[in-house]
Amino acid sequence: MNEAPPRQLLVSPIKNGTVIDHITAGEALNVLKILGITGTTSERLSIATNVVSRDMRRKDIVKIENRELMTEEVDRIALIAPRATINIIREYRVVEKKGVEIPSVLIGVVRCPNPGCISNTDEPIESRFEVVEKGLRCYYCDNLITRDIARHII
Amino acid sequence: MYHIISILDFSREQIDALLEKARKIDKHIEIERSLEGKQVALLFFEPSTRTRMSFASAVSRLGGTTICVDSVEGSSIIKGETLADTVRVVSGYVDAIVLRHPKEGAARLASEFATVPVINAGDGAGQHPSQTLLDLYTIRQSMPLEGINVGLIGDLRYGRTAHSLAQALSHYHVNLFTIAPNGLELPETIQLELRDMGTDICECAEVQDVIRDLDVLYVTRLQRERFPDSATYVNVQQSYKVTPQLLSGVKDHLIVLHPLPRAGEIDPAVDSLPYARYFEQARNGIPVRMAMLREVMQ
Repeated sequence: MNEAPPRQLLVSPIKNGTVIDHITAGEALNVLKILGITGTTSERLSIATNVVSRDMRRKDIVKIENRELMTEEVDRIALIAPRATINIIREYRVVEKKGVEIPSVLIGVVRCPNPGCISNTDEPIESRFEVVEKGLRCYYCDNLITRDIARHII
Repeated sequence: MYHIISILDFSREQIDALLEKARKIDKHIEIERSLEGKQVALLFFEPSTRTRMSFASAVSRLGGTTICVDSVEGSSIIKGETLADTVRVVSGYVDAIVLRHPKEGAARLASEFATVPVINAGDGAGQHPSQTLLDLYTIRQSMPLEGINVGLIGDLRYGRTAHSLAQALSHYHVNLFTIAPNGLELPETIQLELRDMGTDICECAEVQDVIRDLDVLYVTRLQRERFPDSATYVNVQQSYKVTPQLLSGVKDHLIVLHPLPRAGEIDPAVDSLPYARYFEQARNGIPVRMAMLREVMQ
């Protein structure tokens, strides 16, 4: 008799922290980059990429232990993962669940691809982009980024 | 505090009001002395002749005085000072700052740190609102802006004056005809924006195909460094040259504009034709810049 293999969780549940679910497939590492989480930071992470999803066909998931992400932090990831959901976990229970909203202004998140832009010099400013219908517009030089936004994330 | 940084910050009503103010100053309907007892810093970190001189003249005609920085070499920038610090310091000396800088967005940055009004006199390949406003002013002297046919010819990729003019004209539902050499076409992002704002854009291979339909022909400079070699440059320049022959059979009221300096794009024989308005356009820099200075000093 052929028995179906037992269902297994790909990544074990976390006790406390944040689970970011429904990330656009392939964007998990960029999400971490936006959140400023790198290999040298102390958070314990679990990352699953290209997981089969009923709604999205494929998706990525990121679990961050012992860190509850703030709304301002997670909204920045909406740029590359607009369908992401944020689950705040305490004692293995989801205590808060929210979507992401693209903020109207992004400060210090994206580098202006225009090499002639004043924001790419040593002036005491951070990059600043307005989120417009067609993409992101540099507040300083008016340059419009319409595609491949992740490539310009600082 | 009111700054003039980008033509994109202007609504149609604001453009119309400023052009009307310039007209009243130009026609001596209103005598403006709004800079009496005031001093304006002309910070020009990039070479400029006509913009700097016409701003200086505009300040003087409004009763004000100027202090100038004419190059990076003559300023503390060479010692490593940031533009942010420079404008903070200069703000303490003067009542307004007119800034020309090689970096795009420099004027926007300056407006964040200055404690006096800032006027952008050109930032790199970016915005140059006083040029755009004087272009509009010159067109408006000959015809209403609404719904006209405007041909943009030359380097439309790097030519900032063409971009800003096209953006400003999008308030007036004009029809744009673009004529540019391969690789120097109007950037896709700007076309996208213009179309979104309701501007019809027609890309044309030859200026001859559309010249008879145009009300305005706006010529921009072809820069030698944009071409792989001199021979290509000369060939393209010849095929884009505005000559008396090209202008035969055009609308009587056609006007030919050029932000100047020209480098062979317009045959000097065109200068004496009734269509040539580029020297008048340069002269219009005075009333328009006077109106801008008055606006920020209010």
